[in-house]
Amino acid sequence: MDITVNILLTIATAATPLLIAAIGELVVERSGVLNLGVEGMMIMGAVGGFGAGYLTGSPWIGLLAAIIMGAAFSLLFAVMTLSLATNQVATGLSLTLLGLGLSGMIGTSFVGQPGVRLPNLDIPGLSSIPVVGKLLFGQDPIFYISIALTAAVMWFLFRTRTGLTLRSIGDSHTSAHALGIKVIRYRYLAVIFGGACAGLAGGHLSLVYTPQWVENMSAGRGWIALALVVFASWRPWRVLAGAYIFGAVWIGQLHAQAFGIPVPSQLLSSLPYLATVVVLVLISRNKRLTMMNTPASLGQPFVPDR
Amino acid sequence: MGGTVSANQDGANLLEVRGLTKIFGTLTACDHVDLNIAKGEIHALLGENGAGKSTLVKMLFGSLEPNSGEIFWNGDAVRITSPGVAKKLGIGMVFQHFSLFEALTAAENIALSLDDGSPISSIAAKARALSYSYGLPLDPESLVGDLSVGERQRIEIIRCLLQTPQLIILDEPTSVLTPQEADKLFETLERLRSEGKSILYISHRLEEVKRICDRATVLRHGKVVGHCNPREETAASLARMMVGNEVQAVVRAPVAGIETASPLLEIRALSRKPATPFSIPLKNINLTVRAGEVIGIAGVAGNGQGEFFESVSGEVLQQDAASVRIRGKDAGSLGITGRRLLGAAFVPEERLGHGAAPRMKLSENLLLSRHATDGKTFVGSGGMVKSGTVYAAAQRIIEVMDVRKSAPDPEAAALSGGNLQKFIVGRELDRRPSVMVVNQPTWGVDAGAAAHIRQALIELSRSGSAVLVISQDLDELFEISDAIAVMHNGELSKPLPIAEATFEKIGLLMGGAEPGHAEHTLETA
Repeated sequence: MDITVNILLTIATAATPLLIAAIGELVVERSGVLNLGVEGMMIMGAVGGFGAGYLTGSPWIGLLAAIIMGAAFSLLFAVMTLSLATNQVATGLSLTLLGLGLSGMIGTSFVGQPGVRLPNLDIPGLSSIPVVGKLLFGQDPIFYISIALTAAVMWFLFRTRTGLTLRSIGDSHTSAHALGIKVIRYRYLAVIFGGACAGLAGGHLSLVYTPQWVENMSAGRGWIALALVVFASWRPWRVLAGAYIFGAVWIGQLHAQAFGIPVPSQLLSSLPYLATVVVLVLISRNKRLTMMNTPASLGQPFVPDR
Repeated sequence: MGGTVSANQDGANLLEVRGLTKIFGTLTACDHVDLNIAKGEIHALLGENGAGKSTLVKMLFGSLEPNSGEIFWNGDAVRITSPGVAKKLGIGMVFQHFSLFEALTAAENIALSLDDGSPISSIAAKARALSYSYGLPLDPESLVGDLSVGERQRIEIIRCLLQTPQLIILDEPTSVLTPQEADKLFETLERLRSEGKSILYISHRLEEVKRICDRATVLRHGKVVGHCNPREETAASLARMMVGNEVQAVVRAPVAGIETASPLLEIRALSRKPATPFSIPLKNINLTVRAGEVIGIAGVAGNGQGEFFESVSGEVLQQDAASVRIRGKDAGSLGITGRRLLGAAFVPEERLGHGAAPRMKLSENLLLSRHATDGKTFVGSGGMVKSGTVYAAAQRIIEVMDVRKSAPDPEAAALSGGNLQKFIVGRELDRRPSVMVVNQPTWGVDAGAAAHIRQALIELSRSGSAVLVISQDLDELFEISDAIAVMHNGELSKPLPIAEATFEKIGLLMGGAEPGHAEHTLETA
């Protein structure tokens, strides 16, 4: 029983950073902007979070620093693509490259230093209920934030007028502009929100997952988050499902490797990717719904004529 | 109607525009434009494509900022800096076709332009009530992507009316409607006028301007060239004001014995499943175009014309090779180049990115479409391009079609839409194809150039080619076709010989078997 609970807990820990980064990117893409810099913003969040936590000794300050770092880094992308109308794909890619390099430079002195870890939630009484207690009331705070964030984004996008406006900009920025909607302002806010989420996801890596600084510790998670958004056809609950399927198969194959199952380890390592893609493609079969949820102006630079 | 005209003379101007100027780079799109709109009048804004009509109304709606000039609203000087400001003043706009969101419902589209925070359901209820009271029934829950162009326009109109505007700007509202739908629109406009609202009506269709408008302002090359009462003018005199000189009439001599001429393009039981959720399936289409005739295909936009063109041109291949036959040979499984090699030529609807590569020179665009059919002429030994020959051929086309341009061999994107269209049509005509298929030959082309293109298509057919023209412009089809078929919801009617075709008949076919349309015709007949 304990093993099952522990496995479930590690799945949640593996899925949380993917979920947070992907939910942030989902909002960005729903506004019609494609930011391929998730990996870069994530690693900047990780190094910022670790550094601030290490220097002040407070993981909470570290968490805040991770969010600010991600948001500030995304602002660079926003200025380039929104105000200067540069190519979003190229700018996003260079943001990732810059983030990986810059974080390595900032983090030189942090390598090998012991970090601080965000404490797990512990509600006396509730957390000690067998099985459910630990799963529901004994996890790290970012886990709860990730679930709340997903629900909040769903509510925002599909239940509020501002969310409707954001989706309309993603559908057609020229139409939105013709109606007098401030396309650029909305997109700035969306990109910064996405950056903050990616930073938070990075903070989870260096403050919860493995509380230390290792260069390139995001290890491609930003790219997985990006893929999740597309394969989940820009729908929040599918992103949640995708992140957890990925986490589950990831942890599952690690255990399988440890047990020495006679399957090439390379094949096992590729399983999470395959499984996630297959499942998300299957649930996105409905072409009509996919069409409705695909932001039609994704990746196109917008230059209002004045 | 006499009452409205006298209201104009009271001098109660709702909107006055003085010396409005807008400059884009080296182009003066609007040059010291003056315009007065009285309360309770329908005011026409006339002009050819590129005359500055759209630029002017975009300034009135706050989408563009003027370089100089003044706008007075009810006598007070105002600055309209954004569409929000325009809406607050009481200016509403019905856009031509670019301000709806396809992936959202009608109600959501309407909600986006209203500034109050009322819930979508109450907006939907209001929209439904208003739409029925104006006889423009609308289902607020429907997805815009699923609606016909006419229905989309209803959303635009209802959306505009919900803002209770004093002035309503309509940009080319009838270009996408069937004649019956247009009649319905005119009734709505007349009712709005009787409620004291003013309407600025942009159109290049002179008959309808004569029919519903009280006054007209005519623009040419960004300047106001005249004000007039359209009811006292003839269509020809209005056209002269717009174009600046006489427009040459298209001549089409009837052909005899076409039944025995050889069929050059045959379409047999062509069907196609919808490629995307928003596209139209083609259902069992049959059509024969013979040597020497022009067949026109009418239809409201979005009824499968695009899908049909793709299937005929070879952009999309058919499962049954015999469903498209060119000069007696099965072409259904051939690609575009294969069909071109059989002697066919195609002009798609979308010029940039489809008919021409925007960032490539005209001569390069010529080579792109004709490298296979004119391989010997344009490509020498070892696959080297004979750029001199290609350049000379491009210059020949430019001269024949009178393409106006700023450089000897400019990039396609540097040409205005009408001039690029002349080049693209000319590029295909230059081959003397035995089968010519054209989608929207003169969309966005000014009257003089349109007449030139139409005449060229007729002459091509009379020299023994088969010409198939898909168009939303009924006037154009009546001018050039020997027979007109109508596409509705993916089905093609039998071609009606031009001698038997009337606007009424074609209009009914365009609207499908919708009973509302049939009743309406009975009333007017």
